[in-house]
Amino acid sequence: MDVSTDLVSHQHAGHDPHQHSAGHDHHELGWWRKYVFSTDHKVIGIQYLITGLIFLLLGFTLMMLMRWQLAFPGRSLPLIGNLLERAVGPGAMPDGKMTPDFYNSLGAMHGTIMIFLGIVPVAFAAFGNFVVPLQIGAPDMTFPKINMASYWAFFVGGIVMLVSFFVPGGAAKGGWTSYTPLSVITDKGEIHHWFFNGQTLWLVAFILLITSSLLGAVNFITTIIQLRAKGLTWMRLPFFVWAQLVTAFLLLLAFPPLEAAIVMQLMDRIGATSFFMPTGLVVNGAAVAISGGGSPILWQHLFWFLGHPEVYVLILPGMGIVAEIIANNTRKPLWGYKSLVFAALVLGFLSFIVWAHHMYLTGMGSVVSAFFQTTTLIISIPSVIILSAFFISLWGGSIRFNTPMLFSTAFLPMFGIGGLTGIPLAFNSADLYLHDTYYVIAHFHYIVAPGTIFALFAGVYYWFPKATGRRMNEFWGKVHFWPSLICMNVIFLPMFFQGMLSMHRRWYDGGQGWNIANEKVWGLSGFEWNVPISTAAWVMGLAQIPFIINFFWSIKRGEKVDDNPWEATTLEWAAPSPPPHGNFAVTPVAHRGPYEYSLPGRERDFTMQNEPIRDSDREAYAAAAAAHH
Amino acid sequence: MDIPYTTTARPDTGLWNAKIGIWLFLASEVMLFGGLFSAYIFLRLDALPGYWPHGLLNVPVGTMNTAILIGSSVTVVLAWAALKMRQFNRYKIYMGITILCGVIFLVVKLAYEWPDKFHHFGAYIRQDRLEKYEEFLGNHHLLERGLEPRVEITGHLHNEEALHDPNIHHYEVLLDQVNADPTNPESDRPHFWPLPKSEKHAHIDKADVDHAEMFVPKHNTFFATYFTITGLHGLHVLGGVIVFVYFWLPIGANLYKRNPEHLANRVEVAGLFWHFVDLVWIFVFPLFYLL
Repeated sequence: MDVSTDLVSHQHAGHDPHQHSAGHDHHELGWWRKYVFSTDHKVIGIQYLITGLIFLLLGFTLMMLMRWQLAFPGRSLPLIGNLLERAVGPGAMPDGKMTPDFYNSLGAMHGTIMIFLGIVPVAFAAFGNFVVPLQIGAPDMTFPKINMASYWAFFVGGIVMLVSFFVPGGAAKGGWTSYTPLSVITDKGEIHHWFFNGQTLWLVAFILLITSSLLGAVNFITTIIQLRAKGLTWMRLPFFVWAQLVTAFLLLLAFPPLEAAIVMQLMDRIGATSFFMPTGLVVNGAAVAISGGGSPILWQHLFWFLGHPEVYVLILPGMGIVAEIIANNTRKPLWGYKSLVFAALVLGFLSFIVWAHHMYLTGMGSVVSAFFQTTTLIISIPSVIILSAFFISLWGGSIRFNTPMLFSTAFLPMFGIGGLTGIPLAFNSADLYLHDTYYVIAHFHYIVAPGTIFALFAGVYYWFPKATGRRMNEFWGKVHFWPSLICMNVIFLPMFFQGMLSMHRRWYDGGQGWNIANEKVWGLSGFEWNVPISTAAWVMGLAQIPFIINFFWSIKRGEKVDDNPWEATTLEWAAPSPPPHGNFAVTPVAHRGPYEYSLPGRERDFTMQNEPIRDSDREAYAAAAAAHH
Repeated sequence: MDIPYTTTARPDTGLWNAKIGIWLFLASEVMLFGGLFSAYIFLRLDALPGYWPHGLLNVPVGTMNTAILIGSSVTVVLAWAALKMRQFNRYKIYMGITILCGVIFLVVKLAYEWPDKFHHFGAYIRQDRLEKYEEFLGNHHLLERGLEPRVEITGHLHNEEALHDPNIHHYEVLLDQVNADPTNPESDRPHFWPLPKSEKHAHIDKADVDHAEMFVPKHNTFFATYFTITGLHGLHVLGGVIVFVYFWLPIGANLYKRNPEHLANRVEVAGLFWHFVDLVWIFVFPLFYLL
């Protein structure tokens, strides 16, 4: 019995601001526990953000190297070519010329790093960790220690992935999809260690990354269910929280089958089993000494069972960020909040039954293809609902075009292009032609690069004042935005042409060999388009410099702002900037929905969720309801 | 700062945090083992006639292990109930039995079942040489009865050095009953009690063999899936045992003195995990031992 009274007094302490701040002084943590091995969701969020941004830059750098080879195949890379040769070992860049193996490593690692070490950690783990507990008025995540374990599993996974560049034979070469049986027979031979080789380390790193995302997903979902502030009912949650909730479910349920597949591929590589190795496999003219009886298609099924929900893992948090920023900068409620929520839920559910549209070319048969073609077309409906709701939200708003809003506005048409060009790929017959061409590259990069990554930039600019108490510089934000937007389009738009001219995504010579008899688009052949594309990629690399400088400069020198500089409505802005350990001085209570901008009868054009209802609000709600009928 | 609802239920959801957490974790585990079991289905459906072996695992031992694991699922509930009734000594006994069951399960698996397989030999005969070994395979008889052909000869390998020495050109095998008397209708189907080893020897030319090893994971996709799934399941059993030992040691007693409900909640969460591990085994047992 005394236990329960003890608990009551504990909870009481949590709600009482004076008790809270007094208790705070008791456990002042050392530097290591405060900034490195921290259990505070905000510190972990920032750790994820910075690590993830570094990986994004690294993944982009790998691509900038590949773009040299694509634009000028066989020519030695000036200046950095020899440095690279020394850094990653012999055989990668002899005389500064990229070897096919090194090109394949760069390609595989670009995809892997961008998706699993860059975008997911930033979009889900960084923003989710930092923003979600604040937006729901919680003191922290439900399981702070598991949260820390999640970051460190991710970090070690990232290190293992990086180490694989420097082992004999270089990093994994099997593409980010690691298709079997190639990925089982690759990186084996005299120069390769049985364990410390590119592909095996890739698999090991994945086990760590999947562990990390599992721990994160459990934490996010439990936190959102359990730690919502008083009065913060489900339909009062900011759309960002909904997006993160659906994302967490996708990670929770879609990643484990890939983990199963990875364990099996490890067995195939180390234990010489035949999970993915067919009977009678011949390599270099010799029969491989295996039992056979396995199925390469099994790998593809398990991989894409993760791979497709993963696409929505990449885009949903981006949509969540954009929703917050659009509502904030149009100064009016988000249009169709309920439709957005249900669309996100439907999207999450459907994303589990579309995976085999990546596999039309495997000859699954027309019935299976027809099924997946149908579900794939159905899933475009919730995506269109979300995008349309965002566009309609802009209508009639007096929009503030600050840097977060510029990135968010750009997100809309960019994601639109990416989404609409996906529809031809959903059709079995059109996909047979476009599969594995640069058209596919252009399609999904429009979604994740000027789509998600722009949303991530928007999020960084938007929540930076909450994390630091200072705003990032607007001018340099715009210097970052405009060249990035232009370069993104110069990079990815021509890839649609290249793809429709049937240029294959994995060609090492940029299509030079295929160029011999080819038609031109806007005066350039498919191969010749590589030069402007590559140039734009390098210019875009330069365009990130203002962002990097702005980011670090603003931490110490940025313009000081108050707790709610964007005049926003959601609960994170009710906390101090930066929020202390435990977040809120007074545990907030939500009285209203998340986007009550320009509420009639109010002197300010934003009404925060924790502001109590007044009579004038009731009148405004009644008038709005009457207008609907 | 304290996280709310670590031991008390949130009023509107009726749950404390870790209970939601563990159910989510188990959902993810379902998908993990689901992935592996779907691989089992995929590979088994894809297997050529005769290439998915039957009757190679020890069914009585598997049955015993199943009973042990189900029994431990009962005792872990009793341990939790004892904590709820604040009977710490009963908790210690039931938790002790649970731990013991987990350990026995692992010992049987790792010290008996797996090593037994590692000392059992099998040779897949090349398709074009099956006729030569008809006296050990009995394929004419099987064909007559409408059964799948036999393509593998199994038993105890006398000259183990043959596995590695390229100068030895044959395997000397003390046959399993199935291959010693292949036309006996008794051998058509696997049996609950393993048949005794025969007295009969076979001399198998390496040139006639497609591939031959001890029953290790790479021997065929059946053993690949068997060892991978039971291995991963074994790791889960080990994890559960470690957590239970942690709660059983003085650490548990100290937590009990401070906050008995917290220990009960922890045991409940760990118990849910233990039931899941049990459930996985309830799929493993029929799929590998019986079907």
